[in-house]
Amino acid sequence: MLILALDTATPAITVAVHDGERVVGEARGEGAMAHGELLAPAIRDALAQAGATMDDLTDVAVGVGPGPFTGLRVGVVTALTLSGSLGLAPHGVCTLDVLAAEAGDGELLVATDARRKEVYWARYVDGRRVEGPEVSKPADLAARFPGLPVHGRGGRLYADVLAHVPGVDDPSAAALAGLVARGEAQELPLEPLYLRRPDATPQVSTKRA
Amino acid sequence: MTSEPLVLGIESSCDETGVGIVRGTELLSNAVSSSMEEHVRFGGVVPEVASRAHLEAMVPTLEQAYRDSGVHVKDVDAIAVTCGPGLTGALLVGVAAAKALALAYDKPLYGVNHLVGHVAVDQLEHGRYDERTAALLVSGGHTSLLLVDDIVTDVQLLGETIDDAAGEAFDKVARVLGLPYPGGPHIDRAAREGDPKAISFPRGLTTGRDMEKHRFDFSFSGLKSAVVRHVQHEERMGRSFAVADVAASFQDAVCDVLTAKTIDACVEHGVKRLVLGGGVAANRRLREYAEERAKKAGVELRVPPPVLCTDNGAMIAALGSEVVRRGLEPSRLDLAVDSSMPVNQVLAA
Repeated sequence: MLILALDTATPAITVAVHDGERVVGEARGEGAMAHGELLAPAIRDALAQAGATMDDLTDVAVGVGPGPFTGLRVGVVTALTLSGSLGLAPHGVCTLDVLAAEAGDGELLVATDARRKEVYWARYVDGRRVEGPEVSKPADLAARFPGLPVHGRGGRLYADVLAHVPGVDDPSAAALAGLVARGEAQELPLEPLYLRRPDATPQVSTKRA
Repeated sequence: MTSEPLVLGIESSCDETGVGIVRGTELLSNAVSSSMEEHVRFGGVVPEVASRAHLEAMVPTLEQAYRDSGVHVKDVDAIAVTCGPGLTGALLVGVAAAKALALAYDKPLYGVNHLVGHVAVDQLEHGRYDERTAALLVSGGHTSLLLVDDIVTDVQLLGETIDDAAGEAFDKVARVLGLPYPGGPHIDRAAREGDPKAISFPRGLTTGRDMEKHRFDFSFSGLKSAVVRHVQHEERMGRSFAVADVAASFQDAVCDVLTAKTIDACVEHGVKRLVLGGGVAANRRLREYAEERAKKAGVELRVPPPVLCTDNGAMIAALGSEVVRRGLEPSRLDLAVDSSMPVNQVLAA
């Protein structure tokens, strides 16, 4: 087994190669607007570090969001294309689950930046997602789950209203690959979790027929 | 090497997901999935809607191109992809897919210019360019007049729209006339019953100082406003106006100015061959004017079939194949999209 794992749902572009036992290659890139540029070189670098080629891969795992659409799509279409052409087994995993995997046990929230003064979030009990993902205003989330610890960059950004626990800010593909390798991932279809509709208003009445 | 480069091309700059495969100037497959229907209720292309559709269509369109040609990406010499100009989010989907394929099969990747692809595609129909050529590219997103001395190394922009693209003007006028989106084909149809001389609509940038500064540029926003004013005036006067006459007169104004300036440019630059491209190249009146005026000026007119005029992957493969044939360096794996990529940049680093 050799898994290529990647996530582009946040500004932290992350790639890992995992042989079923451990992470054998890892690469990162940082840039909110540079997913399209940074992902492919990071895949190349992670594979090189693993001493592997694309032909050696058996599985591809991708964080399917939620996250800002344009960057998110870069990762998802990359995974779709690799899976579709190389015949790799596809694994879609909620990006918030990847953060939760590193956040510890007990009941907690994971939140990432949804822009527009909102967060993407989900609720976990002992690493299992029990609610979400959803998108909400930080104050609404705090009112709904008073005092519940919040992990992730979304918690850090709105630490004034959320009970932020420092530690894990961004998802890591190593954690994603680990979830899949251990068979612990709550797998989802390989398609983006948008949670929001496109910003567009249908045209109102045309003038005359 | 005697065999021509076998290239797979990916296009996703607007609302068409295209994958084409060519060998040199031979077209092997041209699979296109359009999200046009999804934009109808918005009256125009919504970038986010287009981007979502590209993501869903990408793998099925690739597979269709393999099936149609019997060629798999693992067999090609190179992968070409549109990296601009176009909608950033839409471009990114095609570029990410192209990079994934380049990585998966260790193929050279070429990020190429969408507009120059519209010119290169004619090579699949009429053979290689062997002389100075002008290209008029007219669509919902572009209105550009190019001078091509070499399809890879020497492409210049002679003129372009300074406001709306011609296709955009068709869409907006169609809305005012109560005709569906996309406006081009519906206005063309309505215009058949109308009198193109019924209303005298303005020809943008054709007089005095405008001709000094913008001789080969276009403007359609004033024309669009004139149509709106005309319709409102008729309604205010309680008169029912003839949609066919407005459609015909508007279409005539657009096509007159497009072709007049293009032929003027051909004469000015000693060009003996003109190529049309883009969705509006299918317009009946545009083709009539172009044929008549090109003939008069002694210019050979080439119009690729409609399926190659609208956005498609074959045009990107055709340009990619030409780039490969010249032995140019592939683009880097960190290739970026460029929503306003200039036409004199045919290949991105």
